[in-house]
Amino acid sequence: MTVSLHEMGVAALGRALAAREVSSVEVTEHLLARIAGEKLGAFLHVAADTARAQAQAIDARRAAGQALGPLAGVPIAHKDIFVTAGMPSTAGSKMLAGYASPFDATVVARLTAAGVVSLGKLNCDEFAMGSANENSAYGPVRNPWDLSRVPGGSSGGSAAAVAARLLPAATGTDTGGSIRQPASFSGITGIKPTYGVCSRYGLVAFASSLDQAGPLARSAEDCALMLSAMSGFDERDSTSAQRPPQDFHAQLLVRRDGASAAKPLAGLRIGVPDEWMSAVTIASEPGAAQTTGTSMDVTMAIAQALKVFGSLGAEVKRVSLPRTELSIPVYYIIAPAEASSNLSRFDGVKFGHRAAEFTDLAEMYKKTRAEGFGAEVKRRIMIGTYVLSHGYYDAYYLQAQKLRRMIADDFQQCFAQCDVIAGPVAPSVAWKLGAQDNDPVAAYLADIFTLPASLAGLPGMSIPAGFGEGAMPVGLQLIGNYFAEGTLLHAAHAFQQATDFHLRAPGVAR
Amino acid sequence: MSAAALIRGYEVVIGLETHAQLSTASKIFSGASTAFGAAPNTQACAVDLALPGTLPVMNRGAVDRAIRFGLAVGAKVAPLSIFARKNYFYPDLPKGYQISQYETPVVQGGSVDFMLGGASKTVHLTRAHLEEDAGKSLHQDYHGQTGIDLNRAGTPLLEIVTEPDMRSSAEAVEYAKALHTLVVWLGICDGNMQEGSFRCDANVSVRRPGLPFGTRREIKNLNSFKFMQQAIDFEVQWQIDRLEDGLTIEQATVLFDPDSGETRAMRSKEDAHDYRYFPDPDLPPLVIAPEWIERVRAGLPELPGAMAARFARVDGLPVYDAAAMTQSLAFARYYEAARDACGRPKLVANWLMGEVAKRLNAAERTIAACPVAPATLAELVTRIDDGTLSNNGARQVFEALWSEQRSDVDALIEAKGLKQINDAGALEAIVDQVIAANTKSVDEYRAGKDKAFNALVGQIMKSSQGKANPAEASALLKHKLG
Repeated sequence: MTVSLHEMGVAALGRALAAREVSSVEVTEHLLARIAGEKLGAFLHVAADTARAQAQAIDARRAAGQALGPLAGVPIAHKDIFVTAGMPSTAGSKMLAGYASPFDATVVARLTAAGVVSLGKLNCDEFAMGSANENSAYGPVRNPWDLSRVPGGSSGGSAAAVAARLLPAATGTDTGGSIRQPASFSGITGIKPTYGVCSRYGLVAFASSLDQAGPLARSAEDCALMLSAMSGFDERDSTSAQRPPQDFHAQLLVRRDGASAAKPLAGLRIGVPDEWMSAVTIASEPGAAQTTGTSMDVTMAIAQALKVFGSLGAEVKRVSLPRTELSIPVYYIIAPAEASSNLSRFDGVKFGHRAAEFTDLAEMYKKTRAEGFGAEVKRRIMIGTYVLSHGYYDAYYLQAQKLRRMIADDFQQCFAQCDVIAGPVAPSVAWKLGAQDNDPVAAYLADIFTLPASLAGLPGMSIPAGFGEGAMPVGLQLIGNYFAEGTLLHAAHAFQQATDFHLRAPGVAR
Repeated sequence: MSAAALIRGYEVVIGLETHAQLSTASKIFSGASTAFGAAPNTQACAVDLALPGTLPVMNRGAVDRAIRFGLAVGAKVAPLSIFARKNYFYPDLPKGYQISQYETPVVQGGSVDFMLGGASKTVHLTRAHLEEDAGKSLHQDYHGQTGIDLNRAGTPLLEIVTEPDMRSSAEAVEYAKALHTLVVWLGICDGNMQEGSFRCDANVSVRRPGLPFGTRREIKNLNSFKFMQQAIDFEVQWQIDRLEDGLTIEQATVLFDPDSGETRAMRSKEDAHDYRYFPDPDLPPLVIAPEWIERVRAGLPELPGAMAARFARVDGLPVYDAAAMTQSLAFARYYEAARDACGRPKLVANWLMGEVAKRLNAAERTIAACPVAPATLAELVTRIDDGTLSNNGARQVFEALWSEQRSDVDALIEAKGLKQINDAGALEAIVDQVIAANTKSVDEYRAGKDKAFNALVGQIMKSSQGKANPAEASALLKHKLG
């Protein structure tokens, strides 16, 4: 074996396993040994024994000659926002310390049915609220490219583990960028599908109208294999899209009309929003305007990546998303509003944390929630409660819903002119741990490029596109129209066939 | 609506909100059973417990029932309605919010007609919306702690809201009874008030005639018609007392205590929750296509009003009897079965309103639990009609049918020797014997005392042990006494 097992991605491992060049038990043991030595804080729970049992079972089935899918025997792990029957499910919160779900999330069950080996549960921001993984009750996660920096969030454990070659792939969720931004910060590939493509059943809810599951892996091809297994209609989720199962891997490999080996993306129109690549004005407080912008290193990496797309035959053109900056207030009204209601069930009555001492019901509620929730979760519950309150609902929540519709309409204007929208994932590379401790709004503002697709329910992905300040990875964002995951994955795959950013590994991964 | 009598110079204004538990086998947003009376928390699944990661899925059976109701009351069935979250903390509310319909309910408008003191009344409905029930807090037997039973959590409810159309407690009760009949008739609710399947909240206010509405107080959770009447009557007097004392009425939610017969405030407007309603993002808008409505319409039973009109028109029943025969669908089905078996509608109606109703009431049973089958009652009616049984004999036979649960009417008549003597020869012998033995009475009758005739008939009945057909015997006696 010329390449060590941890360097192999999902597709490569799947092929090696199918060819019986390696057994699932060998891969599992190899990765468990690496995980045992990890110092990133990526894992909240390592399920070594059940993983070994799963690997043995898959090896036995393969030895018996059973037909197995491309994921059979491939080890992965789940963001701890998915509930799992055999492993603790904490959502990164003290509120759910030791919580044992009686059922698996649909996404988890589907991956298990596809034969993956589950190595455990991955750290994340508490209830998926955050963009640096610093809001986990179980400690931060470190970026494998620079241990003094954050890996992004909220799927920070997933991104760090995949980047550090502890895992070929992991599940994540994305509400306002929680797959794309950590993928960008950690130099890996991640896709948030169209809202409704993956079931939300068994996903601890943050903002129901925005939450979507998706994979984080090291290539578009690996993401395609994972997403094919994760996605599909689920009768237990009323917002699940009623569409036939998709083979995203086949869509990724399809040859475009008029394409050639040199120009695989011939005919593909890529729109770059003017508002994303020039200085961005962000209203930081009512009445005052502050000009910030995408940092130069990110801008240059994105510009270079767009040139590559051009060289592959794509037509890169300018489009406009005029309400981009409004995405921030709109998102930070709608998401907290839904969260404030979704998190009401954590009241100390039925499951999870309950305060040890209290004199009456009201005190039980107050102490339980004061002790169980972290600062960022409390902040969003308060914002959400406020914007839904009598007298404020029309001015905030209703107004935000109207703007949300307009933001979605803006995208449709763009998709009349292009097939894919491209731009940065985040205005900067990963920042240092603690850098935004005293300024939560600064972190909110940094979500500017991921929020629009979330609000519109569109699929978006992040692919490694270069390196910036501190030799940190920069991600390029691709956004497609509804259910155009195949188009995104195809374009990303073509880019990755022509570049090697996605193959670069941080020093700790060697 | 006609103005009811004023009370101490005040007009009473009442609107009702009724929670009808829909008769689906499973809950409105989960697959757990809705059966009543199971051990605590044995009928609460992961969704009902609001376990992390669970999501609601609409039970189409609950929507079917809402449509059925909407069609029956002539309402608009909304082509698109929205589920909203009503947020508040309470231990028996597992999610911390109740899924209900707020701005856009599934049933909009409509009306319910009923009779009040011989006059026809109409109460207009504002709306009817789908929602889930909460669980129950059990404050007894837990050593100072509160027990939570979530079996009821997620049970489908249709909340039916009227306009403030009612002007007396009697009118409110008659409306509630008519609504109760209707939802049971439609098969959308079992109507069991003891188990809480049908419960009302009454919004009550008083005003001087011609003035705007007064401030209302809401009496919660009235689960019997008797309590409804008592609670409203008490509340009206209480409100008038306050106004007469120069005080004002504060908007409040009150509870009725059946032991004291009084209402007392639960919470005032100041403690009213801000429920922070917003559309539930877990549930897409409920879209009801015209085909769905037509499918439900095709399965709709004949409604009580239409059926009563048919009984009056086709069977020749008086209006009062026709209304009584349609007091419930089960009652009407019983009537129709018995009528078809004997072809004597009026006699069947008489028996159902008389002896059958008397025995059912005494036993606190509904017609569905009547031990006498319609065919058996029809046989009994036939034997009255053909002169085999006197009314008195028929009551004796009915007693045996009911308490011994027998169905062999003719054998009973035979065994009890209740067959009337219709045979002219046998009857003549008895009459001759009575005339011979009662010369005094015969003389008195012939001297013009009519009462003596009745005494003679009495003697005939006595000596025949009640079996003589009274009509035949009278005719024969009259003939003989010439």
